[in-house]
Amino acid sequence: MNSSRLPAAEFEVEEVGRAVHSDDVDGQLEPDAGMLQILSADGTMAGGLTAEIAGSTVDFSPYLSASDPAHLRSLYRDMFMIRRFDQESTALQRQGQLALWVPLTGQEAAQIGSGRALEPQDYAFPTYREHGVALTRGVELPDILRLFRGVTNGGWDPRERNFHLYTLVLAAQSLHAVGYAMGMQRDQLADPSLPPAASIAYFGDGASSEGDIHESMVFAASFNAPVVFFCQNNQWAISVPSSVQTRVPLAQRAEGYGFPGIRVDGNDVVAVEAVTRWALEHARSGQGPVLIEAYTYRMSAHTTADDPTKYRLSRDEQEWQPRDPLARLEVYLRSAGMADDTFFEELGAEARAMATDLRQAVLSMTAPELADRFAAVYAEPHPLVQEELRFFQEYEAGFADEVKHA
Amino acid sequence: MATMTIAKAINEGLRASLASDPKTLLMGEDIGELGGVYRVTDGLKRDFGALRVVDSPLAESGIIGTAIGLALRGYRPICEIQFDGFVFPGFNQITTQLAKMRTRSDGMLSAPVVIRIPYGGGIGSVEHHSESPEALFAHTAGLRIITPSNPQDAYWMIQQAVTCEDPVIVFEPKRRYWLKGEVDTTAPAGDPFSAHVLRRGTDATVVAYGPLVPVALAAAAAAEEDGRSIEVIDLRSISPIDFDTVTESVTRTGRLIVAHEAPTFGGIGGEIAARISERAFLSLESPVIRVGGFHMPYPVARVEEQYLPDIDRILEALDRAFAY
Repeated sequence: MNSSRLPAAEFEVEEVGRAVHSDDVDGQLEPDAGMLQILSADGTMAGGLTAEIAGSTVDFSPYLSASDPAHLRSLYRDMFMIRRFDQESTALQRQGQLALWVPLTGQEAAQIGSGRALEPQDYAFPTYREHGVALTRGVELPDILRLFRGVTNGGWDPRERNFHLYTLVLAAQSLHAVGYAMGMQRDQLADPSLPPAASIAYFGDGASSEGDIHESMVFAASFNAPVVFFCQNNQWAISVPSSVQTRVPLAQRAEGYGFPGIRVDGNDVVAVEAVTRWALEHARSGQGPVLIEAYTYRMSAHTTADDPTKYRLSRDEQEWQPRDPLARLEVYLRSAGMADDTFFEELGAEARAMATDLRQAVLSMTAPELADRFAAVYAEPHPLVQEELRFFQEYEAGFADEVKHA
Repeated sequence: MATMTIAKAINEGLRASLASDPKTLLMGEDIGELGGVYRVTDGLKRDFGALRVVDSPLAESGIIGTAIGLALRGYRPICEIQFDGFVFPGFNQITTQLAKMRTRSDGMLSAPVVIRIPYGGGIGSVEHHSESPEALFAHTAGLRIITPSNPQDAYWMIQQAVTCEDPVIVFEPKRRYWLKGEVDTTAPAGDPFSAHVLRRGTDATVVAYGPLVPVALAAAAAAEEDGRSIEVIDLRSISPIDFDTVTESVTRTGRLIVAHEAPTFGGIGGEIAARISERAFLSLESPVIRVGGFHMPYPVARVEEQYLPDIDRILEALDRAFAY
């Protein structure tokens, strides 16, 4: 791959270069417009993966894991585990143990594929649905539920996992990812012995309309920041279809900012991983940002508070069922002789054990003390916070006396 | 000791911060080649380079948001918002992200971002160039807000904001940028979050900050001719507020006037009045009186002199306090 920085004017992404006719704005966008795919919905693995990017043909072979059975099994394992995690979390919410749950079912390939493409020194900035990416970064699965259990707004130490906290204000984290990448860029200049690193900003088709996405792409382009924008186009922003957010495939927007944009089949974990690996290397090697649009489908509700029957047809949901990211990899693993019944049975048992542990961990999560929350507002002593903490403690202590003397 | 303007003192303070910590960097619109529309960052890009003094794209949310990312990576970004009224495109990043990062992470993450905002009126400018939005930020837990009123404070407080582990907004009194004063660059700096008693008095206390501090001092001097001894406090910090210093003063003087350019409704003066009524009710000879802007968008330049609190407005408030 040409490692020199490409002038912005040369960027052309022909694979995603087809405009969508304006008649399509009432329905879903043409799904397969230049979409990269290697593992098709019926479980067939193509021989290779190439795309026209910046006027030259990119061969993704060096980034493909298609011929590595152990790796493919581990991708399947991650997708299977996170889907089971999603089911258990939904159940926990239905049983009143979580305030809310944000399902990811349908988006496993987009998340596991992109997450597994990251190197340890890379840094990911998630939205609130990136449970699969969290798994690939080594976040303990019960820790993800601490936010939804209402015991913290975080849940893990982002610095240990190079995985930032969930951000609930749409697109805000994309600017943090760009700033973080600008910091990586400066670190690299100050100490060239550091391993090159990139950040990755996750967002969705709904958030793509937010101004912060625009500003983050402008900053990333202006400063050639090593950042990958990873958009999971799951077709729905709660109840509003992606056609309301955009008239063109989202990946095409990159061209306007002067960096490559690639639309990949977000339900093809092999292609997602390869494309993200390429994009991260592109960013790490000083060639600037890349936008990836992972074309996928939110097979479940936006959250457990949502009711998709109000706004979409079950027929549409059924149309996406055959494109399930797990099913197609299972077909391939079986047909290629890379996995047998034993593998899938053992995985099922492992997932059941994980779900049992998860449930226990959630039920044992206790509420924090409000008194402890005062200490986390400021890093340095703050007289108002200290005064209010004193008041609160005395107030609470008053009730303790009442109980004692009763 | 050197004599310099507030603008020059901030420039020198920024220079000292850039020189002492390689992780510091300035970000903002027109701050590099131009040196800022008020020339506060004049010469800094020349001396520290484009990586340390960043001419950013014209996008306030982008400036604050990327600064947060840089801070998470261990940098200490110092952002300039060109004018008070232009901070609002960045308001979301400041209030939902910057202010909450520490609480969200249960104290694990710091976001030591500094945001410099020239604020206040009296410069005869057009809409959005003369506002005082400090109360909007003071209401947001997780932020610290300071406002120097003289070159000595300007020089030190900007550096203290940079070394603070919390996010700090520095409201700079833009109509006082050319106010000159002595700066002792060797004196150890005091607590930037404390109020300073600038003038001792026995009959009433006037609390002001930023651009109204010289006005409060002038009003106190005028009142002295009428035989009234007025104490003047420069609040310096708007979040936290040094209520101890204000309370101690009011227990001696018995009367309190709070003056700021921002509209009085929902403002810092109201907060101070409430706190003092809680802490020093029996010391008060009269109600706490606020002097400030009216409940209207900042008016057009041709009438701003009538809108802005001046010496007479403070003297009138003092008259009411003494007449009570």
